[in-house]
Amino acid sequence: MFPVEEIRKDFPILQRQVNGKPLVYFDNAATSQTPQQVIDAIVDYYSNYNANIHRGVHTLSQEATDKYEQARLKIQQHFNAKASHEIIMTSGTTHGINLVASGFGALLKKGDEVIVSALEHHSNIVPWQMMCERSGAVLKVIPMNDEGALVMSAYDALLSEKTKLVFVNHISNALGTINPIKDIIEKAHAVGAAVLIDGAQACPHVKPDVQALDVDFYVASAHKMCGPTGVGMLYGKEEWLNKLPPYQGGGEMIAEVSFEKTTYADLPHKFEAGTPNICGGIAFGAAIDYMNAIGFENIATYEHELLDYATAQLLEIDGLKIFGTSKQKTAVISFNLDGIHPYDVGTLLDKMGIAVRTGHHCAQPIMDYFKIPGTIRASIAFYNTKKEIDALAAAVKKAQLMLS
Amino acid sequence: MTIKSIQEDLIDEFSMFEDWEERYQYMIDLGKTLPLIDEQYKTQDNIIKGCQSKVWVHAEMEDDKVVFTADSDAIITKGIIAILIRVFSNQHPKDIIAADTDFIDTIGLKEHLSPTRANGLVSMIKQLKMYAIAYQTQLN
Repeated sequence: MFPVEEIRKDFPILQRQVNGKPLVYFDNAATSQTPQQVIDAIVDYYSNYNANIHRGVHTLSQEATDKYEQARLKIQQHFNAKASHEIIMTSGTTHGINLVASGFGALLKKGDEVIVSALEHHSNIVPWQMMCERSGAVLKVIPMNDEGALVMSAYDALLSEKTKLVFVNHISNALGTINPIKDIIEKAHAVGAAVLIDGAQACPHVKPDVQALDVDFYVASAHKMCGPTGVGMLYGKEEWLNKLPPYQGGGEMIAEVSFEKTTYADLPHKFEAGTPNICGGIAFGAAIDYMNAIGFENIATYEHELLDYATAQLLEIDGLKIFGTSKQKTAVISFNLDGIHPYDVGTLLDKMGIAVRTGHHCAQPIMDYFKIPGTIRASIAFYNTKKEIDALAAAVKKAQLMLS
Repeated sequence: MTIKSIQEDLIDEFSMFEDWEERYQYMIDLGKTLPLIDEQYKTQDNIIKGCQSKVWVHAEMEDDKVVFTADSDAIITKGIIAILIRVFSNQHPKDIIAADTDFIDTIGLKEHLSPTRANGLVSMIKQLKMYAIAYQTQLN
């Protein structure tokens, strides 16, 4: 049995009350909660070895550098990258996407095509639109069906020798759909296109193997997988990272500087201008350790049990419709109550101590497809319980009663 | 009635509610019952986009008073709009400009006027004041 009660003791925030009720946290897809082990890593850093890295000869700087680079190794191992310099530390998924979009734009010419999916978060749409505006490349979209799954035959039809880059999320933030990324990557490679996978929503639930996927770029955020905000990772195949020009100029990313010419540092530092989020990076490593100690297979099995339970509980409510019904999905339930605005439901749930997300989830194209203003999204993590799902279902019923 | 006395009435009314449920049920009922705007004014020009709910506001001058009508696609937002209209509509522009919204805090609805709430209400109040300033300029 999954030791959820033991695990919950690791999360101090789960003990608190909201509006006089025990907190029920179902907004995990927006940000996950932080276990004591990660909080301890943050406190330890500032209490014992806070210093700037990669340049000091003094002891603190050495210690901080060692710990930061150990975190990079943990990330490398976790994602199974071939080399640690293929891991670029970023401020988060959005930063990683912008870094690649900025560099890739320089390699594109007018008439080239890039492909996005209809299931994307705005952060995996807008940077590419900006890239296309600058380069004259054309943006194509893989459509989705009523289940919230991508129409793969349409993807096949979009691919051609003009396609240079494909960017798709591993798992949709708004609907929870798991995309067939292995297939997407193979087909893109067959026409010579590179692929970026946005793993922000996948990494809390699965352990991606970038070599097995043969993916060119993979991005993720620490704060969705029990780490702190403001830090994330970009994996890039070495050959691609060497091809892309630097994103930002500054300290750390240079080898030599004169007013005539600057030479750039080797990977990964070429893409890591300025003092990084040192503490965040180290805490990211601690979060990866924490999740691996529980085990991703255990997490997936337990979360699936909760997803099935929650789906059944919620579908018992009259007039409740779930959006995103693909068989391949993670523990995200996006739903609406017939004739009721999601904002109203979210407001009343908050009054009952239940945190969900309402709105368009930064994925307006998906909401437009379903012709709805937004949804109520309950996103489940491995520290949630069936009892909390019961509380959610009861609160949704009560909100429905009040609003109809 | 002056803006101040309407606000005092509201504070009295809300003080009778014992818990959040009664308070919200009252707002929901307000949101359901009131016809708040003529359909012809629910235009793109009159829309205030919150991230979560939409708000429409229309203003007209009748004699020397501003008459506001408004609507929202979310019912709790609509309930709060009903309260704001009761306070600000049918008032002289200079009184609208001078009025504050502290009573919202007193009646326990402060969270709805937080800028992070993204329901369009903060922008709506700003818009009411802008209309009042525009009409005041016409009067001068």
